[in-house]
Amino acid sequence: MLEFKKDDFKAWLALAPTLLLMALFTFWPIINSFVMSFLEGFSFTGMPPERHPYAWIAGGTFESVGFSNFTQVFLDPDFWLALKNTFYMVIISVPITVILGLLIAVALNGIKRFQSFFQTVFFLPYVTNTIALGLVFGSVFHSEYGLINNLFNTVGLAWINSGATWGRSMFVLMAYTIWNGLAFKILVFLSGLQSIDKQYYQAAQVDATPRWRVFLKITVPLLSPMILYITITSFIGAFKAYSSVIAIFGTGSYGPVGNDKMLITIVGFIYDKLWESSMPFGVASAGSMILFIIIMLITLIQFQISKKRVHY
Amino acid sequence: MQRELYLDPHEVKRYKIKKATSQTLIYTFLILMGLFIIIPFYWMLISSVKQTEEIISHNITLLPIGKNGKALWPWDWAWENYGYLINGYTNPDGVQIFRPMPFGWMFLNTIIVGALSTTGTVVTVVLAAFAFARLNFKGKEILFTILLATMMIPGEVFVITNYMTIANFGWIRQANHMKTILALVFPFITSVFYIFFLRQTFRQIPNELYLAAKVDGTSDFKYLIKVMIPMAQSTIITIIILSMIGTWDAYVWPSFVTDPQYKNQLLVSNGLIVGLAGAVETRGPNSILNLQMAASTLVTVPLLITFFVFKKYIMRGVSRSGIKG
Repeated sequence: MLEFKKDDFKAWLALAPTLLLMALFTFWPIINSFVMSFLEGFSFTGMPPERHPYAWIAGGTFESVGFSNFTQVFLDPDFWLALKNTFYMVIISVPITVILGLLIAVALNGIKRFQSFFQTVFFLPYVTNTIALGLVFGSVFHSEYGLINNLFNTVGLAWINSGATWGRSMFVLMAYTIWNGLAFKILVFLSGLQSIDKQYYQAAQVDATPRWRVFLKITVPLLSPMILYITITSFIGAFKAYSSVIAIFGTGSYGPVGNDKMLITIVGFIYDKLWESSMPFGVASAGSMILFIIIMLITLIQFQISKKRVHY
Repeated sequence: MQRELYLDPHEVKRYKIKKATSQTLIYTFLILMGLFIIIPFYWMLISSVKQTEEIISHNITLLPIGKNGKALWPWDWAWENYGYLINGYTNPDGVQIFRPMPFGWMFLNTIIVGALSTTGTVVTVVLAAFAFARLNFKGKEILFTILLATMMIPGEVFVITNYMTIANFGWIRQANHMKTILALVFPFITSVFYIFFLRQTFRQIPNELYLAAKVDGTSDFKYLIKVMIPMAQSTIITIIILSMIGTWDAYVWPSFVTDPQYKNQLLVSNGLIVGLAGAVETRGPNSILNLQMAASTLVTVPLLITFFVFKKYIMRGVSRSGIKG
């Protein structure tokens, strides 16, 4: 390797815009949210003109330091509802999208004609507006005029309209999440499949290995780094579900009219706490720290599990 | 691959049948899944040009004959839905059942915010990726690792404090349009992910070019502008498109910092929610589901056009981000 002269000054100059912006909008928020989650009775006073004299970049007043924000989170029934909802969304949507995405990618890889046509079709949901297509799913499942109820002669059955049950709304949300999430997974799996050496398959063909065995013994192991990557990002994505819930109900809340927190998610809970006047930002910060810890744990566990199973 | 080791005609025939069956199964599976993907788009497009009378029918038929159910295409094409969307709709009894949606503003705001944040992002990302890919400085590896680590942290952790910071600047929910634009753009003019992405491309440019430029006395900055940026052109185009698409899809932050009472400040996503909040519960002749689909169409079609024009860049960018991420 050639030895270059050090260009520290130039490098820091080039990095300055990024580092200054990140200091303000990434690093400071990490510290501040962590600190705020332990400030009891925190009250944000930063809004000019009634700015607090000690308010620095983001400041406020507080009464004491302790764990009461976390206690408030854990004592809030909404939090447990959000945890339950998010948990179901994760365990339903992640396996289905990963397996379906893998199957579609393998199928796409096995055809010659219309391959790029199908590839384009499956990629379409990636370039859409979450809210707009959520509204479309809401309308497809409309209780009176929706495609589904009209098709199956079940007019009046509420999926996302007022009176909808948890199970039915969750079904619509999952259909939308799967529809929305397949595109990215198919594309990643397909480019992974295309980079697998054809010799493996030729060897299997010589031995007349059955198709399912080829899939389980060649495709899946050789694709395991991508499967790991996709599984982790899907888990994280599913834990952060928010806009899709708002979108299918189309009213700006987390449930049908009359039960507007039915499908609230952890992120929804955090944002709700942000706006509740009696519950200042401390509780929301505590909520975001809990989400952070959950996501960290999930990632670590998956890395541990896959250490033995992933072939790089 | 299809060559047989021995040419028993029976075996060849069996092989061909087996192959044809599996191909049929594969195509059937792909067509079914493809329909699952396409139907929502089709439902959106076709419902947007149907009359309310057809929308509120309770049946489904294939062809629009006899007007006894929703059909594959409209009984009568109702292009006026798009006019109602923009000008509002008052029914024959004089009751206003749909308030106009500010689509002109929604598009303009989204494009302005997207263009400003994308420009800012490209400038900061190019400089930072250049430093990480080409320059030599103390703490380079550790700094890069720290930046990458921040990608693991959920954005929700940042949103609360960023809201407070922007509020301290006095830009939250202001009547002043400029301040809202600043609040929408300012926190999003750099991206660790794109730095990582561009750095990968920059690193593929051979060292020899840099050394040759050095011998000629070219400055680092000139080398970046004249050599590296042109060579990384397609990655930069990918970043521009993905960043614009990101703004078009943004919902959470815009809904925090814009006040829905100032309708000329809405972006497309929160404009949709604000404008259509009551749509799903309106019934009978007052149903505005067709207008809801027209609104969704207006927001979706520009994205689809962008996709078909820049398909190559988008798909390659996304698939590479998957492999290297």
